[in-house]
Amino acid sequence: MKKLLMALSMAASFAVAGAAHAEDKLKVGFIYIGPPGDFGWTYQHDQGRKEMERALGDKVETTFLESVPEGADAERSIERLARAGNKLIFTTSFGYMDATIKVAQKFPNVKFEHATGYKTADNVAVYNSRFYEGRYVQGVIAAKLSKVGVAGYIGSFPIPEVVQGINSFMLGAQSVNPNFKVKVIWANAWFDPGKEADAAKALVDQGVDIITQHTDSTAPMQVAAERKIKAFGQASDMIKFGPETQLTAIVDNWGPYYIERAKAVIDGTWKTHNVFHGMHENLVVMAPYTNMPDDVKKLAEETQAKITSGALKPFTGPVKKQDGSEWLKAGETADDKTILGMNFYVAGVDDKLPK
Amino acid sequence: MRVELVRRQQHSALFSALSPFIALFLTLIAGAILFALLGKNPVSALYSYFVEPLTEIWSWHELLVKAAPLILIAVGLSVCFLSNNWNIGAEGQLIMGGIAGSILPVVFPDFQGWYVLPMMLLLGMAGGMAYATIPAFLKVRFNTNEILTSLMLVYVAQLFLDWIVRGPWRNPQGFNFPETVQFNSSAILPEIWASSGRAHWGFVLAIVAALLVWFMLSRTLNGFEIKVLGRSARAGRFAGFSAGRLTFFAFLVSGALAGLAGIAEVSGAVGQLRTTISPGYGFTAIIVAFLGRLNPLGIVAAGLVLALSYLGGEAAQVSLGISEKSARIFQGIILFFVLASDTLIYYRIRFVTRHSDAAAKGA
Amino acid sequence: MGMFEAILLTVATAATPLLIAAMGELVVERSGVLNLGVEGMMIMGAVAGFGVAQLTGSAWLGMFAAILAGAAFSLLFGFLTLTLVTNQVATGLALTLLGLGASAMIGESFVGLPGVRMQSLNIPVLTDLPVVGKFLFGQDPIFYMSILLTIGVTWFLFRTRAGLTLRAVGDNHTSAHALGVRVIRVRYLAVMFGGACAGLAGAQLSLVYVPQWVENMTSGRGWIALALVVFASWRPWRILAGAYLFGAVTIGQLHAQALGIGIPSQFMSSLPYLATIIVLVLISRNKRLTLMNTPTSLGKPFVPDR
Repeated sequence: MKKLLMALSMAASFAVAGAAHAEDKLKVGFIYIGPPGDFGWTYQHDQGRKEMERALGDKVETTFLESVPEGADAERSIERLARAGNKLIFTTSFGYMDATIKVAQKFPNVKFEHATGYKTADNVAVYNSRFYEGRYVQGVIAAKLSKVGVAGYIGSFPIPEVVQGINSFMLGAQSVNPNFKVKVIWANAWFDPGKEADAAKALVDQGVDIITQHTDSTAPMQVAAERKIKAFGQASDMIKFGPETQLTAIVDNWGPYYIERAKAVIDGTWKTHNVFHGMHENLVVMAPYTNMPDDVKKLAEETQAKITSGALKPFTGPVKKQDGSEWLKAGETADDKTILGMNFYVAGVDDKLPK
Repeated sequence: MRVELVRRQQHSALFSALSPFIALFLTLIAGAILFALLGKNPVSALYSYFVEPLTEIWSWHELLVKAAPLILIAVGLSVCFLSNNWNIGAEGQLIMGGIAGSILPVVFPDFQGWYVLPMMLLLGMAGGMAYATIPAFLKVRFNTNEILTSLMLVYVAQLFLDWIVRGPWRNPQGFNFPETVQFNSSAILPEIWASSGRAHWGFVLAIVAALLVWFMLSRTLNGFEIKVLGRSARAGRFAGFSAGRLTFFAFLVSGALAGLAGIAEVSGAVGQLRTTISPGYGFTAIIVAFLGRLNPLGIVAAGLVLALSYLGGEAAQVSLGISEKSARIFQGIILFFVLASDTLIYYRIRFVTRHSDAAAKGA
Repeated sequence: MGMFEAILLTVATAATPLLIAAMGELVVERSGVLNLGVEGMMIMGAVAGFGVAQLTGSAWLGMFAAILAGAAFSLLFGFLTLTLVTNQVATGLALTLLGLGASAMIGESFVGLPGVRMQSLNIPVLTDLPVVGKFLFGQDPIFYMSILLTIGVTWFLFRTRAGLTLRAVGDNHTSAHALGVRVIRVRYLAVMFGGACAGLAGAQLSLVYVPQWVENMTSGRGWIALALVVFASWRPWRILAGAYLFGAVTIGQLHAQALGIGIPSQFMSSLPYLATIIVLVLISRNKRLTLMNTPTSLGKPFVPDR
């Protein structure tokens, strides 16, 4: 018993010593919604974390908590990181928004960064990504390559981020083929290979010959490979899951942003903000264009270049809503507020948006 | 050598009291082995699992936040399990309670006052009860297996919650994100001692529920009926007890408590309705019920132990890099050891060697 | 490949794991044991199958590992319920909870890896036959095993002496014991067979259905398999019918979505579960039928008196 007590107190003192030693480093915490090995959303955030470690070396020390459920547990997990001495905490899922704000009120000296939300505070910044810019390029490619003129779209949940993607994909496709169609199936999950595969199979069985997904697992890519059709990757480069299948993928490139923000804390220049970055800021990156003829590749690269330079904005009029009413007049571009709250389809999408 | 069971003349009172502790002790040993296999120092791993969360006040608060729903649900389940009604759909009843209780703050946000909160709690209980009535009715009326129906209803409830939060009840100012409006302050279950942490009155409700059900089980005719019918349906029928009525009673009690747990979680710990409101409390509560030996007072202690395993899993992830999934293995193993040590109450274990076997046969 | 044929194939893939797991549980229940741990054994099979296939590169080795893992895991249940005479319902639940937790931990490093897919049959000419070619001659090996299993279990239960013994144990363990049958041994074997089948069903999920690992990937299929046994009133061929019915409901709701009908997807997704409840009610309300077919000793513990 005595031995056990001694060991316990030793373990405790190690923990304290560890904390003291790290004082000169900036401790950065991350809250992940999934496991870092999902090869999708969380994987890319973890890549960003590692990139930060590589770039800033021993100036930073990172910790992460994985698979943290949204809701009551999120608040505790964030608070735990704040209490463990992290001075900058990234909460990387929309559902952590209110928990982040609550903890931030208790820890005014800790900086928080929340991904894809909309509530900011003096010590809470928000960062978001224009994934839809990549979807536009995908739409252009799909319309060029599809023989039947129909693409299958696996959606996770009908939130603005996903609806933006579907609309942008549609507008890109219509710029090539005005009669292009998109079939949508909702998997009602971000990461559920079984459901995603079922959805992909159902879409293929319905005759689509290109699949794009706004869910995080690689299962749809595998189904497409098995059925010998083409597909787009999501969140990370999924080429090894479909070497002859993937056309390109939207890659979330968080690293540069994470490095910039950690540096800002170290320099004492960190300020709250609400940013909406895209291709221009190198946050949305396209995986290499593969498995397509050179002319399509060239068109895709040109489209990407135009979006990156700002010459082309995906949501530019004339655009009609699904019900036929006018959304954007010729030459008019959508403002960010409308984009961030998008809850309607553009004309041509073959689905009813769940209400 | 083989193991043989000899039925005891009487239940062993000693092992009745000891069995949860034997189970916990065996679980700790199994845990130490598991951590050693993972290449971690078992002592420091067990320390961060079971001691570290208790070294700070805020963490105690979190313990109570976690324990409240587990205790509430498990107390209700004890009534079910004692009477041989296998309700394993508490998770669904919790969700339905959360939804029903949220009607007032979500649909009528302008309706405010001290009376809102009690009404919400009652509605939450009613929601859980109503949902629990389905398997009870199907069992009594059609003889349908309640294990399967109550479980299938969990999946249905999860999808229904998902639909209502993404659809009709979505916060109109929330950029279409899947959550309801934040509850106004009169719809929030207050914190017990707000300056030091966020434990809310849900835990007090859990203690009250445990005391009431304990009284009912040990001091009233109803409790006697439950135990008699649970042990033997035949004996119960001879005594004139109605199995059907009891099934309804057990499901209604456990549904109400699960529903209460749901609305307490929504209005206490979260403050709005979201697409997921429980990390599987309804299932973990099954373990709590058995670890507490189906005794409401034992369940209070068991609920705290299981709550600790959640917090410990997180603490071990931060301090030692052990996967938080180890907590779920702990929870699974503990139930096995509880069930196995219960055998000691009813049977003596005899190790029969070939030699003694032959001797016995000869005699 | 026409749309009908394609859908038929997808339904078969969705029905096969249900069929296999339910067939195993049928044998267990026919011996008088109720093992609610199907979901847990299934997911242990899925993780073992995925992991071994990943290590060795062989889907077949993965499949055998899954069968072994399911059987070994079921022994835990067997030891508690048969040797230590614990409550079967509670122990089965414990097996499911432990299986879900343990597999999540074991499989942690597998998440996101591309799995090894079990290759489908390809016989020249036959596989290319119109309409039925792919269905009859172009599926994965586990599909054929599921059919052989149905035939085999029917033959075993109703045409062999051992099958008769097993049913006798399930119907009245006291008299079977009096006749000199070793009740506990028969039940151990049945429980292990059930575990092996659940493991194989898990392997189908992680090697054929979606060659990936993710925690909780069985998503309630083990429970639906349990419901199928009741639905089939303990008859092998009815399990086959039931499994395909449920496969069709699962796949059908996705097609309804793709066709753009305006019902919220959550309601469509809950159809398989609601269908299970409705079918259970329809079956169980017929008391005579249920009583006639339910193994009489189902769920009752047996301690031989000496």
